Amino acid sequence: MIGGLFIYNHKGEVLISRVYRDDIGRNAVDAFRVNVIHARQQVRSPVTNIARTSFFHVKRSNIWLAAVTKQNVNAAMVFEFLYKMCDVMAAYFGKISEENIKNNFVLIYELLDEILDFGYPQNSETGALKTFITQQGIKSQHQTKEEQSQITSQVTGQIGWRWEGIKYRRNELFLDVLESVNLLMSPQGQVLSAHVSGRVVMKSYLSGMPECKFGMNDKIVIEKQGKGTADETSKSGKQSIAIDDCTFHQCVRLSKFDSERSISFIPPDREFELMRYRTTKDIILPFRVIPLVREVGHTKLEVKVVIKSNFKPSLLAQKIEVRIPTPLNTSGVQVICMKGKAKYKASENAIVWKIKRMAGMKESQISAEIELLPTNDKKKWARPPISMNFEVPFAPSGLKVRYLKVFEPKLNYSDHDVIKWVRYIGRSGIYETRC
Amino acid sequence: MPAVSKGDGMRGLAVFISDIRNCKSKEAEIKRINKELANIRSKFKGDRALDGYSKKKYVCKLLFIFLLGHDIDFGHMEAVNLLSSNRYTEKQIGYLFISVLVNSNSELIRLINNAIKNDLASRNPTFMGLALHCIANVGSREMAEAFAGEIPRILVAGDTMDSVKQSAALCLLRLYRTSPDLVPMGDWTSRVVHLLNDQHLGVVTAATSLITTLAQKNPEEFKTSVSLAVSRLSRIVTSASTDLQDYTYYFVPAPWLSVKLLRLLQCYPPPEDPAVRGRLTECLEAILNKAQEPPKSKKVQHSNAKNAVLFEAISLVIHHDSEPNLLVRACNQLGQFLQHRETNLRYLALESMCTLASSEFSHEAVKTHIETVINALKTERDVSVRQRAVDLLYAMCDRSNAQQIVAEMLSYLETADYSIREEIVLKVAILAEKYAVDYTWYVDTILNLIRIAGDYVSEEVWYRVIQIVINRDDVQGYAAKTVFEALQASACHENLVKVGGYILGEFGNLIAGDPRSSPLTQFHLLHSKFHLCSVPTRALLLSTYIKFVNLFPEVKGTIQDVLRSDSQLKNADVELQQRAVEYLRLSTVASTDILATVLEEMPPFPERESSILAKLKKKKGPSTVTDLEEAKRERSADVNGGPEPAPASTSAVSTPSPSADLLGLGAAPPAPAGPPPSSGGLLVDVFSDSPSAAAPLAPGSEDNFARFVCKNNGVLFENQLLQIGLKSEFRQNLGRMFIFYGNKTSTQFLNFTPTLICSDDLQANLSLQTKPVDPAVDGGAQVQQAVNIECVSDFTEAPVLNIQFRYGGTFQNVSVKLPITLNKFFQPTEMASQDFFQRWKQLSNPQQEVQSIFKAKHPMDTEVTKAKIIGFGSALLEEVDPNPANFVGAGIIHTRTAQIGCLLRLEPNLQAQMYRLTLRTSRETVSQRLCELLSEQF
Repeated sequence: MIGGLFIYNHKGEVLISRVYRDDIGRNAVDAFRVNVIHARQQVRSPVTNIARTSFFHVKRSNIWLAAVTKQNVNAAMVFEFLYKMCDVMAAYFGKISEENIKNNFVLIYELLDEILDFGYPQNSETGALKTFITQQGIKSQHQTKEEQSQITSQVTGQIGWRWEGIKYRRNELFLDVLESVNLLMSPQGQVLSAHVSGRVVMKSYLSGMPECKFGMNDKIVIEKQGKGTADETSKSGKQSIAIDDCTFHQCVRLSKFDSERSISFIPPDREFELMRYRTTKDIILPFRVIPLVREVGHTKLEVKVVIKSNFKPSLLAQKIEVRIPTPLNTSGVQVICMKGKAKYKASENAIVWKIKRMAGMKESQISAEIELLPTNDKKKWARPPISMNFEVPFAPSGLKVRYLKVFEPKLNYSDHDVIKWVRYIGRSGIYETRC
Repeated sequence: MPAVSKGDGMRGLAVFISDIRNCKSKEAEIKRINKELANIRSKFKGDRALDGYSKKKYVCKLLFIFLLGHDIDFGHMEAVNLLSSNRYTEKQIGYLFISVLVNSNSELIRLINNAIKNDLASRNPTFMGLALHCIANVGSREMAEAFAGEIPRILVAGDTMDSVKQSAALCLLRLYRTSPDLVPMGDWTSRVVHLLNDQHLGVVTAATSLITTLAQKNPEEFKTSVSLAVSRLSRIVTSASTDLQDYTYYFVPAPWLSVKLLRLLQCYPPPEDPAVRGRLTECLEAILNKAQEPPKSKKVQHSNAKNAVLFEAISLVIHHDSEPNLLVRACNQLGQFLQHRETNLRYLALESMCTLASSEFSHEAVKTHIETVINALKTERDVSVRQRAVDLLYAMCDRSNAQQIVAEMLSYLETADYSIREEIVLKVAILAEKYAVDYTWYVDTILNLIRIAGDYVSEEVWYRVIQIVINRDDVQGYAAKTVFEALQASACHENLVKVGGYILGEFGNLIAGDPRSSPLTQFHLLHSKFHLCSVPTRALLLSTYIKFVNLFPEVKGTIQDVLRSDSQLKNADVELQQRAVEYLRLSTVASTDILATVLEEMPPFPERESSILAKLKKKKGPSTVTDLEEAKRERSADVNGGPEPAPASTSAVSTPSPSADLLGLGAAPPAPAGPPPSSGGLLVDVFSDSPSAAAPLAPGSEDNFARFVCKNNGVLFENQLLQIGLKSEFRQNLGRMFIFYGNKTSTQFLNFTPTLICSDDLQANLSLQTKPVDPAVDGGAQVQQAVNIECVSDFTEAPVLNIQFRYGGTFQNVSVKLPITLNKFFQPTEMASQDFFQRWKQLSNPQQEVQSIFKAKHPMDTEVTKAKIIGFGSALLEEVDPNPANFVGAGIIHTRTAQIGCLLRLEPNLQAQMYRLTLRTSRETVSQRLCELLSEQF
C-alpha cells in the first residue's frame, strides 16, 4: 500500500509531505529529489526504485507528485490514485501550481487524510468530498446534526457518490463526448498508427435518485439487437463502432454491463466522467498533412506543407496549429502562407502556423525557405515529424450517443421531462506526419 | 598580462547568463538557449563581417552553452579567427574555446596549428604562453605530432623569457605523458638538465618535474642531473628563509621544489662521487635537523610544508639504504610522529617505518618502537592507521619479538575491523609458522586463531597447520591433545572441527592411552559436531572415522553403525553417500593388514612455498609484499628452512575433486599398493579412478587427435577444470599453432606451466618454439600460447603437451598429444590423368608403395570422403581414375631438407564396406606414416 505521498516544486523543494506508514523514513523525500528530480539524466520511467523503495510519480506542469511505498503494490492502482488526486485538487482550487498548493496546504493535508487511510485509497469522489471538506473553515453552525449523520451514512453507505433529497426545478443533463485522436503518418500518406482515446463526461442536474441508462452505437450491442431485424443490422451496422477497451465510473453497474452490455447507473450529482474508451478501427482523420521538403545545396531548405480538412463542409474546425520543425543549424527563415499566421520560433526550433477557423473539405498551404549555417558535423538532420493541433465538433471515432434514459420511480418526472444536451468535441492528441 | 580594457565587460554575455540563472525550469532554460543559438547562427551567417568584440562575445556564449551540457556544432571557425587577433582577450577566448571544444576536423586542425605556430614564433611572451597552454590542455596525439619537436627548442633557447620556459617545460611534460614516443630525445636533453641551475625558481620547479619523468624512462641521459640537483638542493636547504622571497612558503624555503628534487634523486642510486655524496648527506642531515627545530609558525601550512620535505627526504634515505646513521635518525624522527596529534602524520610515519623495517641498518631501530606501535594498534581511532600499524608489526617481526607480536595481533584480532581480519589472520599464521621455535606454541597460536576468528581462517591456513603437524613428529602428540581439549568447548568453529578431525584421525592413537580421551570418547566428541557441519567437513569426518577403524579396532562396531545409518548411506549428497558406502564396505571386507596398508599414516608433505604466503601476496597485490618478503627472507635465514618452491616432479598429483580430500586417496603414492587379493573387485573399483603420478595421456585425447588429422581448428581437450582449444595454419614446411587454455572454474590456476615434450627422434625432425605463458590463469579467463613449427624432416610421432598447474592447493597434471602430423605440411598438386599415371608408374619400387585394406568405421559417403581427403592436405583429382567411384589425390610434403611427392588412391567397396588405400611416395617412411594417418579416418 502507499506508504507516503510527497509534492515537490520544480526545484525539488518539498511542498507537501504526508507519511502514512512507518516503513517510509525521512530520507525517502531526499532520495527522490536526488535520484529523480535532480538526476543528471532525465528520468523517463514513472516508477523509480531507490534502495528497495518504489516511487511512483506524475508531473503536472512544474509540480511533482510522488507516491512512495516499500511494498509490492499494484502500480496501476497507485497511478489511478495519483490522477484522482490531481482531479480532486483541480476541483478544489483550479490549476495545480506551486502558488496554489502553498495557499491551500491545510486543505491538501485535510484531503490527504480523507482520501488515503493508512495508505489505502478511500472515497475520492469530488462531489462527496466537497460536502464535508470545505475551504470556508468550520461550518458547524450551519450543519445540523442530521446533516452530519447524513454525510456519515452517505460516505460509508453503498452509494457513496449521491445522497437522498436532491431537488432541481428543471431536470437537465449535459453529455460531452471528448475525444483525442492520435496519428502517425508516413510522408506518402500511409497511416502508420492511429487511435482515438475518448471520454464521456456527464453533468447532471437531476432530482432524487434517478436510474439512468446510456446507449451508444457500440458494435456488439447493435449486432445483438439486430438479430431480430436483419435489415436494420445492415443499415446501422455501418455506423456502429468497435470499442477496443473501456473503463467506467464506479457508479456503473458492471455486472449488468458484463451480462447485457447495457450501461446503467445512478449518477453522481454534477459533473463526472462516465466512461473512458479507446478505438483503433475506422477512425475519421479530420486533417491530412502533405509535406514537401527539398534541400537546395547545403545551406538552404525549401519546405511546402499542404493541409486538407476532411469532414463535412458545414462543420468548422478551430484552433488549428501546425508545427514544422526546423534543422538545428537554421540561421534564417522566410514564410509565406495563404491563410492564418505563421512564425519561426527559434526557442522551439520550429515554424508555428496558426489558423483560427477552417471549414470542411478545404485546403490550405504554407511554404517556407530555411537558410542553414554550414556546420562541422556531418550528422544529418533527423527530420522530426510535423505535428498538428486542432479542435473539431464531431467524434473522430464515429461514436454516437443513441439514448440516455432517466427513470425516477419515486418522484413524478419522466424521461421526457428531462432536458438533455449532447456535444461532441474531437481534439488532436499526438497528430504527426513524417516529412 | 595586459590590463583588461574597459570594453571587455561583454554585457550581452552577462545578460544571457543571468537569464539562464533565472530560468524556472529546465524547459525554460532550453527555450532560452535555443533562442540564443538561433540568434548566434543568424549573426554568424557570414553576410556581414563581425567585429572582434562581438565575435568574442558570441564564442563566449557558445562556450557557456557547451559547458551547460548542450551540443555545439558550429562556431569553430569564428573561434579560430579569434586566434589571429592581436588583442589578448580575444586570443584568450579563442584558445579557451579550442581547448574545450577541440574538434578532429582536419581542415580546422591545420588552421589551429598554423595559428599556434605563429604565436610560438612571435616574440610576445603572453601569446607564446597562451599557445603553450592550449597545446598542453588539448594534449592530443595530433598536437604532440605537430609540436613535440618545436617545444624543446623554445625551452632551451637562450632568449626565451622565464615564464615561457616554465610553460614550455610543463607543456612538454604533458605531451611526454600522453605520447612518449613522439617526443624526440636529442641534444636538448643536456641543456634541459642545466635548467636546474636557472636563476628563476619557477623554471627550476617546472624543469624538475619534466626531468623526473624523463629520467624514469631514460636514466642514462639525465645522469648529470644528480649533481646539479644536489647542489640546488643544498642551496635551498642552507638558505635562510628570507633569501628566496616569493618561494618561501610559511618560513619553509621552496618546499615544492625541494620535494621534487628529492623525488628526482630517488630515480638514481646514491651518487658515486664522494663530494656530491657528502653534500647530499649534509643536505639530508640539514633537513632532519630543521625538522627538530621548534616551529616558526603555529599555522598548519608551516608544519605541512616542513613535514612534506622531511618525508620525502626520509624516503630518499630509505631508497639509498646506504647511510646507517641517517636511517637510524630517520627512524627516530618518525618515532616522534607516531604519537603526533595529526592522524595523517601517524599514518605516514607508520607507512615509512614499514619500509625502514626492511632495511638491515634500521631494523633494530624500528624495533625499539614496538611498544608505541602496539599501543597505536590498541588505541588508534582511525582504521586505516591501525591497518598500517599491523603492517608495521608484521614487517618488524623477527625471532626475538615474534611471540610478543603474535600475541598482540591475536588480541587485536578480537576487536579488529572486519575488512582487515582475513589479512591479519594470514599474517599471524605466517609469523607463527616462520618464527616458531617451539611448535607447541605454534599449534596453540593457530588453534587460538581459529577460535577467535574462525570465519576468516582460509583453507590454506588450516592446511598448513596439518602439513606442519604431520611433518614434525615432536608435536603430533601435543597437537592431538590440544585439539581434543579445544573440541570439548560446547561451540567451536567448523575449521577447528576440520583440524581436529584430521589430527585425531592421524594421531588419535597417541592420546588414546589416557582414559579421559579414550577412542570412544574421541569418536563421540567428533560425532557430536558432525551434524552441525557442512558437507566437505562431514566428508572429512567420515574419512576420520575410517581411520579410527584402523587405529582402534574396538570402536569398529560403533563406526560401522554410524556409516550404515540412513543419514549416511542414503545421504542426498553424492560425495558423502559414496564415502559412506565405500568406507563401510572397506571396513567389513578388508582384513586388518589391508586396512593398515590402505590407511597408513600420511607421509610427510614435501616442503614448498607456504600456500598462505601466496595467498597474502595475492591479497595485497604482488609488489608490496614481495619486496618485504624477499628482504625478510634474506635477513632472517629462517629457522624453519626457507620455504622453497617445490620442484614440479615431487608434487603429488591429486584428484580434481575440489572437496577437501585430505585423506588423499589419490594423492598418497604408497596407499594403493596394488589391489589386495582378498578384497575382490570392489576395492579395485574404489581406487581405479585415481590417476597415477605419471600423468598418462588424458582419456579421450587419442580420439581428438584423430579428428585433428583432417582439420586445423577445434577443441583438443576438455575436463571440468580446463579446456584446450587449437587454431593452426600451415604453409609449406612452416606452421603456427595457437593453443588456448581456458580456465573453466571460478578460481585462479597458479604455477600454470604448459610444456611441449618431444622424444629425441622427434626433436631432430620437428622444431617447435613457444613462449612461456603467464603462470597465473584467472577464473573464467583464457590464455593463449603460440607455437611456431618447422618440419625439418619427415616424422612419425606427435609431440605431447604437458600442462601442470595448481588448482585450489592441489597439483594438476594433464598430458595430451598435440595434433602436429606429417600431413599438415602437404601442398596439393593438380595434375591431369596422364601425368598422374606416369608418375604412379615411376614410383613403382615396392618400398615406395604402401597398401592397406580396412573396414569402414563410418558410413561410406562420397562427399564426406572427398572432404576428408581435401582436409588431409592432398589435392583431389577428378576424372583421373577410370573407375569414378575411386578417389585419387596428389600432393607434395614440404620439409626443410626435402620435398616428397605423394600420390594416393582410395578404392571403396560398398558391398563389403571396405576400403583399399594405396600410397606411393618417394620415401618409404612417409608412405607408411601417411597410410596410417589416413586409414584411421574412414
